[in-house]
Amino acid sequence: MIGVLAPLPVLLPLLGAAGALLVARHPTFQRTLSVLVLTAVLAVSVVLLLVADAEGAGAVSVGGWPVPLGVVLVVDRLSALMLVVASTVALGVLVFAVGQGAADGSEETPLSIFHPTFLVLVAGVSNAFLAGDLFNLYVGFEILLMASYVLLTLGGTAPRIRGGVTYIVVSLTSSLLFLAAIGLVYAATGTVNMAQLAVRLGELPEGTQVLLQSMLLVAFGIKAAVFPLSAWLPDSYPTAPAPVTAVFAGLLTKVGVYALIRTQTLLFPGGALDDVLIWAALATMVVGILGAVAQSDLRRMLSFTLVSHIGYMVFGIALGTAAGLAGAVFYVAHHIAIQTTLFLVAGLVERQGGTTSVNRLGGLARRSPLLAVLFFVPAMNLAGIPPLSGFIGKLGLLEAGVAQGSTAAYTLVAGGVVTSLLTLLAVARVWTRAFWRSPSQAPAEETAAAAAADATSRRRPVDEAPESSGTPGSGDGDGDGRPRTAFSDAWRRHTAVATASEPDLPPAAGAVRALRPLPRTMVGATAALVTLTVALTGLAGPLYGLADRASTDLYDRSPYVSSVFGEEEVP
Amino acid sequence: MTPTIVLPVMIGGLYAAGVYLLLDRSLTRVLLGFLLLGNATNLLLLSTGGPAGLAPILGYSDAEEINDPLPQALVLTAIVITFGISAFVLALIHRSWRLARNEAVGTDEEDRRVAARRDTDADELDPDDLAPEDRAAMHADSLRADLEELADDVDVPAGRGPS
Repeated sequence: MIGVLAPLPVLLPLLGAAGALLVARHPTFQRTLSVLVLTAVLAVSVVLLLVADAEGAGAVSVGGWPVPLGVVLVVDRLSALMLVVASTVALGVLVFAVGQGAADGSEETPLSIFHPTFLVLVAGVSNAFLAGDLFNLYVGFEILLMASYVLLTLGGTAPRIRGGVTYIVVSLTSSLLFLAAIGLVYAATGTVNMAQLAVRLGELPEGTQVLLQSMLLVAFGIKAAVFPLSAWLPDSYPTAPAPVTAVFAGLLTKVGVYALIRTQTLLFPGGALDDVLIWAALATMVVGILGAVAQSDLRRMLSFTLVSHIGYMVFGIALGTAAGLAGAVFYVAHHIAIQTTLFLVAGLVERQGGTTSVNRLGGLARRSPLLAVLFFVPAMNLAGIPPLSGFIGKLGLLEAGVAQGSTAAYTLVAGGVVTSLLTLLAVARVWTRAFWRSPSQAPAEETAAAAAADATSRRRPVDEAPESSGTPGSGDGDGDGRPRTAFSDAWRRHTAVATASEPDLPPAAGAVRALRPLPRTMVGATAALVTLTVALTGLAGPLYGLADRASTDLYDRSPYVSSVFGEEEVP
Repeated sequence: MTPTIVLPVMIGGLYAAGVYLLLDRSLTRVLLGFLLLGNATNLLLLSTGGPAGLAPILGYSDAEEINDPLPQALVLTAIVITFGISAFVLALIHRSWRLARNEAVGTDEEDRRVAARRDTDADELDPDDLAPEDRAAMHADSLRADLEELADDVDVPAGRGPS
């Protein structure tokens, strides 16, 4: 069963991407195709999870090469669970993006490349989750990173190029570090197959082990945005279009966390660097959330909470106990859903209010009660208000921390509680300003009106993203035929800087946009994901049980190894 | 086998030069640095295959004398990936140049703004605490001032600016 199904989460999106490119001229067909493909991936993932949970881990060697020579795909409880959550949110985001594309009426570029790239991204994420050897994990990372470079710089506006460059350079560095680590691992052990490495790495001298482990941890720490390797994230994520930021926030960092879990359990189970990870987790939580409290832009605030809550997952990994790991696995599943949803809601807020700056938003609760509910529920969930799943995840982690009982663990527990409270503060500030205060208290209206007066002159030289150009005349760049001079270039730079924090919408658009109802597909997709996050609370019992079994497997390690090599002796 | 000193020295040198170039603000240098780092990593991977041997082709050479084929396969994959990414970064540099006549990494304005805010509690909406684009009235003033400054620089009458 697993042998037939395991390659499909990688294959289907890749074939779908090829098909979507072929039909790029028929947007309706293209959208239907990509939604169908992701639905199929979700169905396959669910079956894989059920099989893996019932029968234990399974592996398939691609191309029929005997292990350990060929490429192996391994499905165990952890990777199957990750696949299910990832494909669910990917599907939700895709439907949201379809709604956005349809509403904005941009049926040509760059949405015609959005769908194929998005599918390639999903293929890369699936490949990383399923990879049974280190090099295939690297290839999975590269596939998803390459797709993410394209998605992040979609439309090629100045702020996106600026944010994209930071992201790309940092990702390249971490990839090269990972590749160098693979080379050293191969030199030391003569294999890159993870099941075989699980046996052979333990035979190496301790110093070599620590060197290899720290190289892998740094490489994955950059991808997962663990402090102090997290500065790139709030810098680059907020500039992208809403669906792109949402899927990045949900999936990409979690792939890094997944790789961290594999490193710490399968490859280097001794817990040699757990102390370092504990302090990194604490710093990630606290520094991240302090950054979030300081922000006045909704998307940047969410990016900082993303960094901060990565700390919770590292917290669970660093404890080095099965209970801690179970908490981390549950938290990953919860956080993928919740963070994606919140970024989608931020996209809706931007549509409704014309901006994501909480200083200028106001009265959204009255203007759109549905939007208010869609923000409130996941926001409270993120902060960990009982009985939502965020509370359950945090409670599990805190209990595991207390059970572990060391001084460092107690410090982490305290840090976790403080972070939770500060998260509540950060989202409550957004709630009171953007949603609860009356519109008259917000400077949004007058700002919008004043901005409308000089909007044409202010905005002209800035290239607008084609998929968000809701206002006429904002996307023409140098369309007025003025010769390019030093003066116009300086002017261009000035306006580009002035609008850097709001890449998508001219301020004036708020007044126009507010009159339009939110597109149903976008609201529907967001509402479905909000329902999912609430359902995670109802399903927390079975899910936590699954996370428990997954983490027991991870510490046992023999299910993974024997799924690849059978009952034979590992060569 | 006799250990070779040439490869480690070359790898180290390439890494050093690559990191140095990567830290530059100019995107072209960043790309060059990335290429050097990629080559250094490829050499590192290649050297993990052990001492040099015959080409690993079945029926062409003895199993004892061939080189380890796996690192070579890894290097080939890595080269292809590096090539694709370099092409993308080049396109990015070109776009950046077309947008701003400048290919340096830009500053994150929102970041600077948050860092420069004196008052940590932004609940009161003091116009000075707001971003330039958030101040409706003041925005025009600051733009006018900038315009005059620019006009001095490039010898264009201030009144002729885009208004």
